[in-house]
Amino acid sequence: MQYFPFVVVAWILVIGLYGIVTSRHLVHLIMCLIVVQSSTYVLLLGVGYVTGAVAPYFYDVPVHTPAVDPVVQALALTDVVVEAAVTALLLAFAIQAHKRFGTLDPQELVSLKG
Amino acid sequence: MSAAVSTPYTVPVALMDVLQVTVLVLVAVGATAVVLIRAHVRQVLALSVYGVLLAVLFLVFQAPDVTLSELTVGSVALPLVLLLTLAKIRKREE
Amino acid sequence: MNPGLRRWVFLAGAAGLVAFYLWGLTGLPGFGDYPGPYGFIINRIAVAQTRATGVVSAVNFDYRGIDTLGEEFILLAAAAGVSVVLRRLRGERERSAVDEAADRDVPSTSSAVRMLALLFAGPVVVVGWWLASHAQTSPSGGFQGGVILATAFILVYLSGEFLVFERFSPVALTEVVEAAGAAGFAAIGVSAVARGLPYLYNFLPLGSTPGAVSSSGTIVLISFFVGLEVAAAFILIVGELLEQTLLIRQRGG
Repeated sequence: MQYFPFVVVAWILVIGLYGIVTSRHLVHLIMCLIVVQSSTYVLLLGVGYVTGAVAPYFYDVPVHTPAVDPVVQALALTDVVVEAAVTALLLAFAIQAHKRFGTLDPQELVSLKG
Repeated sequence: MSAAVSTPYTVPVALMDVLQVTVLVLVAVGATAVVLIRAHVRQVLALSVYGVLLAVLFLVFQAPDVTLSELTVGSVALPLVLLLTLAKIRKREE
Repeated sequence: MNPGLRRWVFLAGAAGLVAFYLWGLTGLPGFGDYPGPYGFIINRIAVAQTRATGVVSAVNFDYRGIDTLGEEFILLAAAAGVSVVLRRLRGERERSAVDEAADRDVPSTSSAVRMLALLFAGPVVVVGWWLASHAQTSPSGGFQGGVILATAFILVYLSGEFLVFERFSPVALTEVVEAAGAAGFAAIGVSAVARGLPYLYNFLPLGSTPGAVSSSGTIVLISFFVGLEVAAAFILIVGELLEQTLLIRQRGG
């Protein structure tokens, strides 16, 4: 349990990269990119976890209760929403690529010239 | 303004460990499923389920804010834009 | 490079990556043994300093406000990028939404879906608004509230048709709201500078009870503007994609 979450992070990263490398369709590739991004969220939250602590919200809990690290949660939070918008931008590119080249196979797109 | 301040119910550490390990394994399986499924619409659905699994994982890591974000974005917004893109591409191929 | 060779090269590279990662992992403190002082310090002083009981939002909008400003502008740029990339190209024509609605021959959405979407659109707006304006008390904040608000408009599209969606969120108005949200955030920072304080300093009255709706100064205001901007950005993105799918056609067919 000491390192298990980080091993899972490595697994998600590698399987996502494998999907990107062996992908035959741009939309499948973008979904594997989403998986790779999610591994970073798990890593961030795993780094900030404190055993036996509560969430850092002191609305109904005394102020000095041990709580997990709020800074990594703030980072992960904005990360999730912003990367969804960037993924939408990538999908827009995929649509235009399909219009222009007629194919969405990344291994064929590489060899097309303009 | 806040209700009577009380000491929180803390889950025993052993139970929390079991919970976290279970959800981590589920997340790893979910990620593998998303990557290995090649049919487009099925993969989008797998991604949506993966988003919910991730949200549960963030909740078990004591991060309710990130849970909210991941639930709305990963289960609704991302599959929506993906399905719209797939519809556009399929329409052009007809 | 044929697929088989590509796979083997990737596996070799991934093996190296994982080896280095696991080696670096052994230097980490281990899951749950958080050593660093920063998290503990913030948890201890945040409520007293900002009167906000939601420490994550306090970190997002006060302690690390410039970071959030940058992320919000990434969102703005991404939404603008989608509008630019999905513009009407030379060989295409855009049918107007009215024409498209007139000669529909697609099967209409089932009544159950339409009724549920209609029923939920109102409560979802309320929930999104509540979340965007309560950043300082409980797990909520501008980002989540904004996405939920955008979902309400998508429910409007589901319960009706694209014409209704267009009428509820015309592109010009949505763009103005998005710009107002982003500019509002930046303006709050500038108004702190106008008072001789550092940029994005929390200069509004902090309130007396921690976690009250009117407490925590600029955090509430910033969260509200961020909610507006995120909602508008997502509505724009989904609207652009819907327009591409439904309205834009190749010339001649």
